[in-house]
Amino acid sequence: MGAEKLEVLFQERIDANEKIEPRDYMPEEYRQHLIRQMSQHAHSEVIGMQPEGNWITRAPSLRAKKILLAKVQDEAGHGLYIYSATETLGITRDELISRLHKGKAKYASIFNYPALTWADMGAIGWLVDGAAITNQVSLQKTSYGPYSRSMVKICKEESFHQRQGYEIIAAMAKGTTEQKEMAQDALNRFWWPSLMMFGPHDSDSPRTGNAMKWKIKRESNDVLRQRFIDKTVSQAELIGLTIPDPDLKWNEERGSYDFGEIDWDEFWSVVKGGGPCNLKRLNHHKKAHNDGAWVRKAAAAHAKKQLNK
Amino acid sequence: MDKSDLFKFCLRLGDSCLIMAHRQSEMCSKGPFLEEDIAQTNLGLDLLGQAEALLIYAAKLEDKGRTADDLVYKRPERDFYNFMLTEQPNTDFAFAVVRQYIMALYLDKVYETLSNVDDETLSGIALKALKEISYHKSHLGMWVTRLGDGTHESHERVQTAFNELWMFLGELYEEDELDIKMQHAGFAISGDEMKSYLFSEISSCLTKATLSIPESIYMTTGSKKGIHTEYLGYLLTEMQYLQRAYPDANW
Amino acid sequence: MEEIQDTQGELWEVFIQSKKGLPFKHVGSVHAFDKEMAVQNARDLYTRRGEGKGMWVVPATSIVAVDPSDDQSFFEPADDKVYRHPTFYELPDGIKNM
Repeated sequence: MGAEKLEVLFQERIDANEKIEPRDYMPEEYRQHLIRQMSQHAHSEVIGMQPEGNWITRAPSLRAKKILLAKVQDEAGHGLYIYSATETLGITRDELISRLHKGKAKYASIFNYPALTWADMGAIGWLVDGAAITNQVSLQKTSYGPYSRSMVKICKEESFHQRQGYEIIAAMAKGTTEQKEMAQDALNRFWWPSLMMFGPHDSDSPRTGNAMKWKIKRESNDVLRQRFIDKTVSQAELIGLTIPDPDLKWNEERGSYDFGEIDWDEFWSVVKGGGPCNLKRLNHHKKAHNDGAWVRKAAAAHAKKQLNK
Repeated sequence: MDKSDLFKFCLRLGDSCLIMAHRQSEMCSKGPFLEEDIAQTNLGLDLLGQAEALLIYAAKLEDKGRTADDLVYKRPERDFYNFMLTEQPNTDFAFAVVRQYIMALYLDKVYETLSNVDDETLSGIALKALKEISYHKSHLGMWVTRLGDGTHESHERVQTAFNELWMFLGELYEEDELDIKMQHAGFAISGDEMKSYLFSEISSCLTKATLSIPESIYMTTGSKKGIHTEYLGYLLTEMQYLQRAYPDANW
Repeated sequence: MEEIQDTQGELWEVFIQSKKGLPFKHVGSVHAFDKEMAVQNARDLYTRRGEGKGMWVVPATSIVAVDPSDDQSFFEPADDKVYRHPTFYELPDGIKNM
């Protein structure tokens, strides 16, 4: 069968909402697009362990400590689910990690912002996970089978993450004056970066066309961003916090909130490595990887000796 | 059984679990590969759960209105009774594995004994913990073998860890007045029994891993009186920071 | 001594039985350097919420898969053997326990 014919059949399967499986025919660009998107997603889960991991040892109660530790561990697990789904595309995890270290693969820019106070654990769970879940719920319907299945699993497990964050920030919002200030400050710092997590406007997003045609992406950046804002505003009001956007206003006609313009200069600057923690996050990952090399080699050497016995 | 004795007994055990959980949680996101990162966190979560259960019970036994969180966040370092071994830092993966492996052996025996005592709360905690700890023993024991038998570098590193942590072993079978009381009540085995159990387990593990038993020089003592290595102060400073900086706050 | 390469370990496929008596289902894969580690890693990754009663891990290289381009000749001959399915048979109304 000629390549052209295969591509037509492939698109027919996509249009019929069939899932594509690892050994099925797929155009090379489809495979490359998936590798790029899925590895970025996996790296984000793993790099995302750092800002919260940074607070586990300082969590202010046994309950909070237990929950945060379990949550950060879940993120490692989710990274693994997506790495293993990515590996079905014929690329090894070694290669994926090496691309991250060489700066060829990205992770979500949100993690380049520092987690400064305990309230940030609230804001990250509530807003950052909230935004991620909005995106991941939509990705459950993505066309690549292994990716879709990993999203289903992750969405099921992540339902507690957002509640964990909201519980923290809600407790602080009704706490002492200092706690209230910390809660509002965390919202102020994480609100706009959370909105940026959905990516540029659809009109400025060069790869969206193919991703939508192949049903890798099922809904556009702007649609997902709006959905997130619409469900989050009342959650802030409920606990007496103010969303730091003077242009935020309910639009009766659209049945949605209007909101102010995102600072796209900041967005692109952070994407390109300008975030305050960019270097730190990557160096932390490299150090753990390098420090672990002798352990991995020991395990490999022992396994080999066992086989030769 | 005197309530204040049992309080102190639970506090000691709970403190050791708590401090180990802290050390384990420091390793989160620093594992040699992701699967092992998750495994190490699991050990930490188990220990944190055991610490919480033991300290909740301790607080109840004490009956002075303190909660488990008060015990964790508001005691100064001289009032902590964890073994010095548990507070030793994660110098490298081998140190963490050896520290946890020795403590898993110890806890396995402790919980086994406690699972049969005539105290429903404590036997309940011990039965649940026993399942968790026997997994720790297996997971960590395998790592000792892999590292000892693996490469020249891993062999050296894990041998160094055993050598440098060896002096903290003595505390695990040392006895004071409270220990003797607990033994009489059937809540603990004797120091001699513990010592011979630990040595036999460790030496067979070391042989399998092609490692040697460290030369015994001197053994530390004192954690049962709240004496520690300097590491504990830093650890508590970090752990207690929010509660101490904002004493009026609820979290 | 020969040089040991630094890798993330071998790939293993994981199958979980969620309840005793049910079939084992593929849940994903895991990396490990030996089979004992593979079992433990799979446990830590795929049964964090008590999902498993039974588990298999299989080296990914041992899985034999059907080439999807063959799937017509491989699977379709079974499509017309409707007599293998219980709904093929007409039974008198009111029959029970069949």
